[in-house]
Amino acid sequence: MNLPVTIIGGYLGAGKTTLVNYLLRNAGGLRLAVLVNEFGTLPIDEHLIEARDGRMVSVVGGCVCCAYGDDMAAAMMDLRRLAPRPDHVVIEASGVALPASVAGTVSLLQGFSVDGIVVLVDAETVQGNAAHKYMGDTVTRQLAQADLVVLNKTDLVADPAAVTGFVQGHTSAPIVPATGGEVPSAVLLRAFPNPTLTGPAHVVSVYRTLSIPADTPMDPRATAAVLASADLGILRAKGFVQDAAGRCHAIQCVARRASVMPAAPDASLGLVAIGLGDTFDAPKIRAALAMACVARV
Amino acid sequence: MTITIYSARKVITMNPVRPNVTHVAVRDGIILGAGSPEELAGFGDYTLDDRFDDKVLMPGFVEGHAHTMEGSLWSHTYCGWFARTDPNGRVWPGVKTIDGVLERLRQAGAQLTDPEAPLPGWHFDPIYMGNTKVTRRQLDRVSVARPIGVMHASGHIMNFNSRALALAGLLKPGISHPGIPLGTDGLPTGELRGPDAYLPVAPYTGFSRDALAVDESGLCAFGKLCVRTGTTTVTDLAARLTDDAVPMMLRVTGAATYPARVVPLRFSLGVTPEQLIAHVEELAGKSTDRLRMGKIKVIADGSIQGFSARLRPPGYYNGAENGLWYITPDHMAEIYERALAKGIHVHTHTNGDQATDLALDTMETALRKHPGYDHRFTLQHCQLADAAQFRRMAKLGMCVNLFANHHFYWGDEHFRLTVGPERAERMNACRTALDTGVPMAIHSDAPVTPLGPLFTAWCAVNRITASGRTQGTYEKITVAEALYAITLGAAYTLHLDAEIGSIEAGKKADFAVLEEDPREVAPELIKDVGVWGTVQGGRIFAAADL
Ligand SMILES: [Zn+2]
Repeated sequence: MNLPVTIIGGYLGAGKTTLVNYLLRNAGGLRLAVLVNEFGTLPIDEHLIEARDGRMVSVVGGCVCCAYGDDMAAAMMDLRRLAPRPDHVVIEASGVALPASVAGTVSLLQGFSVDGIVVLVDAETVQGNAAHKYMGDTVTRQLAQADLVVLNKTDLVADPAAVTGFVQGHTSAPIVPATGGEVPSAVLLRAFPNPTLTGPAHVVSVYRTLSIPADTPMDPRATAAVLASADLGILRAKGFVQDAAGRCHAIQCVARRASVMPAAPDASLGLVAIGLGDTFDAPKIRAALAMACVARV
Repeated sequence: MTITIYSARKVITMNPVRPNVTHVAVRDGIILGAGSPEELAGFGDYTLDDRFDDKVLMPGFVEGHAHTMEGSLWSHTYCGWFARTDPNGRVWPGVKTIDGVLERLRQAGAQLTDPEAPLPGWHFDPIYMGNTKVTRRQLDRVSVARPIGVMHASGHIMNFNSRALALAGLLKPGISHPGIPLGTDGLPTGELRGPDAYLPVAPYTGFSRDALAVDESGLCAFGKLCVRTGTTTVTDLAARLTDDAVPMMLRVTGAATYPARVVPLRFSLGVTPEQLIAHVEELAGKSTDRLRMGKIKVIADGSIQGFSARLRPPGYYNGAENGLWYITPDHMAEIYERALAKGIHVHTHTNGDQATDLALDTMETALRKHPGYDHRFTLQHCQLADAAQFRRMAKLGMCVNLFANHHFYWGDEHFRLTVGPERAERMNACRTALDTGVPMAIHSDAPVTPLGPLFTAWCAVNRITASGRTQGTYEKITVAEALYAITLGAAYTLHLDAEIGSIEAGKKADFAVLEEDPREVAPELIKDVGVWGTVQGGRIFAAADL
């Protein structure tokens, strides 16, 4: 199985480092491998660090953090040799990187596949940055390439709705509000181990989860298409379904990006979807998924 | 120490006090004086060396923007459109057809004993072949057993055969990447566009993982190219200068027979500005006469022909989306400020005019915080700068190193496609740079174009493109100005003009030994002036003996 990779993009000061630290503290038992851009400024809270070895740092809970400098592919090859294997890779892209280009590179590396592109923006500065004489179009191109946008520091702006509206003008991705980079790992990462949202109450309380049994055969592609459709308010969905012929499939969605892959025959069937409380439409999701059920052959 | 007085048909000193003499006295690698034998005899007993009696001596040429990894590339098969001389003096004829390229690769493969050994080719230039696409199937006709990779002259595209794609795991359906076109069979056609796309495959075909790195034999080979072109000081403009590379470079350049002074600049990415400064300070302390470290290279944007340069409005002529930033303004500012505070020299690659604007703005702010006297921060390439930008450079005390050779090789493309006629005519504006008072060098960016300061001078003087058109007559410079640019001009941009760049008392005994006086041939023929070899630090290197 390819290692899933999440690319975290966004301009300087958006809070990528804070978000990475939050993920490491709240990995919920996942072994994360985090690649950061710059050697020497491994932006990891000192008290999380267990050991250092060259450009690789071991963090509490079995996670590792690695600086890739200007050779991401080489750092990824190092990760492939890690034992035990990480569950999920998070790449913190540089402030000027176009995250889709990073994703393109990842898609060509053997042993990895792109899970999704998360772009962070700072609610306080995004409008100014988008109008920056030199960097404006880089900022808006980053937004346009996102699967999920995390609108960080919403607590610091007087009118969050206005900022959200501005960001919506530059992306079709769902926008997740956050303070201090606090977004549950279950929303950002593929390999969340169980359907429960973990993390402090003030972080998880804005999200809703829905578990859907999948005892009846379902068309996996149709199911994925439903989960990735724009009108249901799903940020992240995951699960296993059985098709009409009895084959199992793994489904993964990050907002509009969906993937279907063959799964082991003993996979535990069922789907989990996560969304924001105010847009997540559980009845509508159930109804839409019912349409994806098919007759057993 | 013994004194040698060299007699020559002519010594062009580039010292305006006595521009033309016939003799130069050398002791211990240093010039004692340039003048008449009678004048020079005053230094004491000497040996007269008349081997240059029918030659013309000039100050050794200074190449202010090259990459020594060209030396390593010559272990790969040359597939270029234009004839090119390798370090051993063999002239490889240009290949004019796709079949010609395939045949050359086939011949190179026949030299290899291992049937599965990789076969790398370089400088393939289909632009001149009607932009014909090459497929993996065609390269498969060279070999299906060995991985083959061919780098284009632009550096932006590579072609691979099926074996190479398979080794990299890319010979499969379902690839979705903007730089990887697929054939009707759903598999990659074998043309991979952009480093993002080709870098995962290139190492399987014999290319180094670190595209900037030169190896030991490559650095030796590059020294031979210097001798053949009259170059005695050359930059390596962007090296990582790792703990492994530096001792090797010190060893190679330290050999008594190494013919050039190498000035490698530390590439700024991959470390924090603080670490960068600490590293170059450490490197400066390890410098020798022939390996001058302690300078920094920053890259602001991409390239114009790759559509990755950052342009101001009106942007690309063909409507292509604006290019890419390789650094944030904050990061550039921190490097400039820390470097100015410590008196460390920074060169910045800016191709598009918007990237040049960013460097100028950043410099202006940084200078206000850390007024740097005689900092000589240099803009490299700076191909699209306009007159207003040159005026700012002058006021800010910046230098420029313009890419004169580019105008010949890609001028037609710029005219037709990338920036359109008006801006193509102002590209690499040597005349404007000099008229606005910006200290100027001109360069080859070898291996992008061949090392050869006389050819570079020819490009700046004539502004002829590959199709034979003169493009931007106004920006031509005179032969004298071009000769200055490839000697003192380039030396100035490296803070080395007190040591090299002219033949005068106290400077290094670095000479380009020429067959003719480039000022006396027709300006269209300067590139054809023969180079006998060099004298570097008083050591004599004949190209014929390499
Ligand atoms: Zn270069």
